[in-house]
Amino acid sequence: MHLDHHHDGPAAVSADAHRPDGTRRALRIGLGGPVGSGKTATVAALCRALREELSLAVVTNDIYTREDAEFLLREAVLPPERISAVETGACPHTAIRDDISANLEAVEDLEDEVGPLDLVLVESGGDNLTATFSKGLVDAQIFVIDVAGGDDIPRKGGPGVSTADLLVVNKTDLAPYVGSDLARMAADAKAQRGELPVVLQSLRSEDGVRDVADWVRARLAAWTA
Amino acid sequence: MSRAALLVLADGRFPAGGHAHSGGAEAAVRAGRITDAPSLEEFCRGRLHTGGAVTAALAAAAALDADPGELDRAADARTPSPALRAAARRLGRQLMRAARATWPHPELDALARRFPKGAHQPVVLGLAARAAGLGPEDAAYCSAYEGVSGPATAVVRLLSLDPFDATAVLARLAPEVDRVVQDAVDVARRAVSEGPDVLPARSAPLLETGAEAHATWPVRLFAS
Ligand SMILES: Nc1nc2c(ncn2[C@@H]2O[C@H](COP(=O)(O)OP(=O)(O)OP(=O)(O)O)[C@@H](O)[C@H]2O)c(=O)[nH]1
Ligand SMILES: [Mg+2]
Repeated sequence: MHLDHHHDGPAAVSADAHRPDGTRRALRIGLGGPVGSGKTATVAALCRALREELSLAVVTNDIYTREDAEFLLREAVLPPERISAVETGACPHTAIRDDISANLEAVEDLEDEVGPLDLVLVESGGDNLTATFSKGLVDAQIFVIDVAGGDDIPRKGGPGVSTADLLVVNKTDLAPYVGSDLARMAADAKAQRGELPVVLQSLRSEDGVRDVADWVRARLAAWTA
Repeated sequence: MSRAALLVLADGRFPAGGHAHSGGAEAAVRAGRITDAPSLEEFCRGRLHTGGAVTAALAAAAALDADPGELDRAADARTPSPALRAAARRLGRQLMRAARATWPHPELDALARRFPKGAHQPVVLGLAARAAGLGPEDAAYCSAYEGVSGPATAVVRLLSLDPFDATAVLARLAPEVDRVVQDAVDVARRAVSEGPDVLPARSAPLLETGAEAHATWPVRLFAS
């Protein structure tokens, strides 16, 4: 993983924690999960919560539109030059796991053009329960599910639910309307994940992203330590 | 030289960004020119004998140690559509990353330094083949084959075409791929002594105009 430290060209391997000039690169956190679970809303809330204290950028992976990037632009959570959209050729998990080249390029271009950056958030296109990020692309990943997708998803498990560094169960405000049992979701998630953390959140409530933002701050502190 | 290295480089799963590109198939599907396996075959045949012949010759010449800067200019001159030039450079940059991680080589490092935002993909492909210990014929095969396999894979997704039919199309095109590769290697050898002007300059106007239109679509599945 350290093939390229002494060259002045672009890095060969980007999981490397350093940029070609020897400085530490930004921490990269991936957000994955099923369609509509609240990935973009979480990214937007994180940007609002962290943008005063950190230098941030976002990469979106839309499946066939630029909608996520455009939502973030419209909401003005970050200046436009800090948001980059990657096209995934009908296969969102390929772009975050099997062939990460376009995403790595987007991350590196952001660091070159608006850096130095502390944190890059990479949002996957909405996908299925097996979609996870490659360790070559991100340093940590958040899997976002919601209560409306069915309260049996934590029980079903799968790589995203079981192994993500953080599991977020979003839209808890909707639980009474869709008949989802939050306590059961939390217990099932705990059974699947052991010591790995779980956050239940509603972005409809004031400061709803607080727990996730604190988790990101802790990861960043560990990264720069 | 390892024959198996050719399989590594030619594998559709080689992580060099190609999965997000349709090779013009998405635009052709929308225009109604690809609707089924026979029309996919005609599309791929046209692509193979035009742009495919050009990229195969460029890749072979790069594998023979022709000057990559000159080849890159030759590729630009043979690619009228700015959208296709941008896609070729983007794919070249992505292939460069994968190749340097897979077969570290000073020539790849030098090309990456010279073209930090990417050289044309076939030029990078030729140098990647060299770095992998492969020859001009191997580079031309990779280029010609991916030029037809990319659209075939994309059409399986775009039209829900039966994957067995799409693969049979590729098998039927195989003898023509052989001929294109042979011609590409012959002309690449001449290009090493006579310069890149002897390289073929065939083009497919519908692919060029289709790529320009495709680049403006707000909603699409593939990057090109
Ligand atoms: N009630 C409620 N709605 C939410 C919450 N979070 C997000 N939403 C809504 O859920 C919908 C989908 O949210 P997005 O953030 O676009 O979901 P996504 O996961 O990015 O979706 P894709 O990118 O299409 O997969 C939007 O209408 C959001 O406003 C929440 O906590 N509670
Ligand atoms: Mg989204």
